[in-house]
Amino acid sequence: MEVFFLPDVGEGLIEAEIVAWKVAVGDRVTLNQPLVDVETAKAVVELPSPFAGVVATLHAAVGDTVEVNAPLVSFDVDRETAPHASEKQVVHDVPDEERREPVLIGYGVAHEESVAPRRRRRGAPTSTPPAASPAPTPLARTTPPVRLLAKHLGVELTTVRGTGRDGIITREDVERAGNSGPASSRAPAPLAARSRFVGREIASWSEGAREERIAVKGVLKSMAEAMLESTTHQPQASVWTRVDATKTVELLRGLKDHPRFSEVRLSALTVVALAVCDAARHYPGINSSFDESRNEVVVRRYVNLGIAADTPRGLVVPNVKDADRLDLAGMARELTTLVEKARDATTTPAEMAATTITITNVGPFGVDGAMAILPPGTGAIICVGQVVKAPWVQGDAVVVRDVVEISMTFDHRQIDGALASRVLRHIGAFLEDPATALLAR
Amino acid sequence: MIDEELVQLLTPEGERVTHPEYASTLNGEQILSMYRDMVIVRRLCNESTSLQRQGQLALWAPMQGQEGAQIGAGRALQPMDFTFPTYREHGIAWCRGVPPENVLRLFRAVSTGGWDPQKYRHHVPTIVLGNQVLNAVGYAMGVQRDGANEAVLTFFGDGASSQGDVLEAFVWASSFNTPVVFFCQNNQFGISTPSSTQSKVPLFRRARGFGFPGVRVDGNDLLACYEVTKAALENARAGGGPTMIEAYTYRMGAHTTSDDPTRYRVDAEVEVWKHRDPIERIKALLVREYQTRPAAFEAIAQEAEAFALKLRDDVLAMGRPDPLSMFENAYSETHPLIEEGRREMTELMAAGGAH
Repeated sequence: MEVFFLPDVGEGLIEAEIVAWKVAVGDRVTLNQPLVDVETAKAVVELPSPFAGVVATLHAAVGDTVEVNAPLVSFDVDRETAPHASEKQVVHDVPDEERREPVLIGYGVAHEESVAPRRRRRGAPTSTPPAASPAPTPLARTTPPVRLLAKHLGVELTTVRGTGRDGIITREDVERAGNSGPASSRAPAPLAARSRFVGREIASWSEGAREERIAVKGVLKSMAEAMLESTTHQPQASVWTRVDATKTVELLRGLKDHPRFSEVRLSALTVVALAVCDAARHYPGINSSFDESRNEVVVRRYVNLGIAADTPRGLVVPNVKDADRLDLAGMARELTTLVEKARDATTTPAEMAATTITITNVGPFGVDGAMAILPPGTGAIICVGQVVKAPWVQGDAVVVRDVVEISMTFDHRQIDGALASRVLRHIGAFLEDPATALLAR
Repeated sequence: MIDEELVQLLTPEGERVTHPEYASTLNGEQILSMYRDMVIVRRLCNESTSLQRQGQLALWAPMQGQEGAQIGAGRALQPMDFTFPTYREHGIAWCRGVPPENVLRLFRAVSTGGWDPQKYRHHVPTIVLGNQVLNAVGYAMGVQRDGANEAVLTFFGDGASSQGDVLEAFVWASSFNTPVVFFCQNNQFGISTPSSTQSKVPLFRRARGFGFPGVRVDGNDLLACYEVTKAALENARAGGGPTMIEAYTYRMGAHTTSDDPTRYRVDAEVEVWKHRDPIERIKALLVREYQTRPAAFEAIAQEAEAFALKLRDDVLAMGRPDPLSMFENAYSETHPLIEEGRREMTELMAAGGAH
């Protein structure tokens, strides 16, 4: 087993966020084959595999923040086919002739040691000969930010087993130890050093000014203008429903490893997207807009499916053109491309224009739902919450099912509550029995 | 891009064009050998970028797209000439015979240089922007005083052309008529700043104001870069003084592995430059004019792969840099601030905070 630890791909970076995996567990990879896209404070970069072998474990999921030097991918390395896999040890084994002796007494270079290094004791009498001093207590090996986190969480570092490079204790190790302890002993999470705010980073609570004024431009400006335009011109109402999405979850699980989905993201959103297109076909009125200038309602028999995307630059809403013509694989592919382009900020203005109906997915943020606001000029927006295991009444029994809340906000000038409710129920039914719904298309 | 002042001997399609002042003197064998250089140097850049992404190099400065400029200029040198590079001149180092793994020692932080400059007549890379241009002029003044039959070739980019050091070097070179050739690779971006922001006139025209000739050459045209550089070096050796060459090219990758070029330039522009690839146009010429067989290209590709694997092995065997070594090599003597930094670093390492 070989482990690829997240390197510092910039200069002095401490962490990176997983943007997209390009391999899955069980995949055979070649040397330098792209493994994953990660986003650091500086750039989105692609990490090539340092090993040839089979992917055994992906240590993080898309959206996770991984610390530098924490495990990223474990490989089962076939040594006969991967002659370059065994060199890793060489990197850390400094040859004897390169080991350096301290050039001056009291400071300077030290031998590399595989055991935890010892902290030099401050204020110790300098005249004490080293041989006479008692062996210092070995300090748990980790980084200063993790020490701080451990302090906040009340975790005793010497009791934590490190899983990072050279046995170093990672943030995840400390968080895991913190979670297993009694809840009452846990302090609230420490304040982040910086905070994301509409596509930019702002200073933390403790480090920033008491009041800060931020110029309204870029993505912030377009979001502000769109929301004001929508809420001042379009009378909006909402409907919502809870759905037993167990069969959707099972369908996705079954298809995940299918070769047709090997390079695309397949998620509940993919099925919701198909359900929305299907609902539009059954109820074209939902896929409409109100043309004030001509006093007409425009009903569209094609779906340009908008997806509200949370990107490093803030909220953007690109759309999939003619989404109603796509099958499951096609939809998965288009959504993957769309999200990747939004992430990379390569979405073109044309790809954001002429949306007919929109989906916003707040599930990844761990919330159950939202009352969304319409993108200006559109008739409906469907909001999907997180899929969670929840008690569900089936007949007279309470069972555990995968449950999701969906809601829809609509322009009440041309769409009434009855139509909206039928459309939302249609989407719900699709998620409750996706196999049948896909067959019926 | 095609303008009247641009020296070009080979179009992006690999077709020869004539120029009133320059004609290609290379034969098929020489061109194939330079094609091999370009392929290997590109492979070196790709492998080094991977090694950086795998945590084996601290940094890498890619030069993909600039192979024509560098191999053209590098192969125009005579053995006794001396070169002063930036940290991106991997093609020049290759032409000078510097072992490629030595180039990577600097980027792995196990060396502050990597080779003996006198042995290869190639100075170690200067990280401080533009400084090597002053060094080159100083060296050229020495050459002049020794009465040696040598020329000095120094490199910088469009970004550094705004640096005071470079402009001072121009003044000195002009005043003393030194045997130096200024080779500016205009790769369009000073990190993220477009060269059009930095200069209101084409860069090569600046030379005229300092009192020596400037030539703009198609930096993706190996044949033109070779002939223009060769002529400028010969002129310098013959006492004709400095020349500035602006090799008009494009950096296909990032400034270094620490930046994200998608934030400051558009894909469409990169696509346009892909069609001007320096390697592809030489390949087209070799096929059309010299009937080079696919097997010859395949052999070079295989050689480049084997080269990359060996390079990887060499890098992985270099060991880890000692973080404290940076305090030993910055100043020749001890210095209170350096000592303070060393002490803090030692403590941080003892706490497991640096690895």
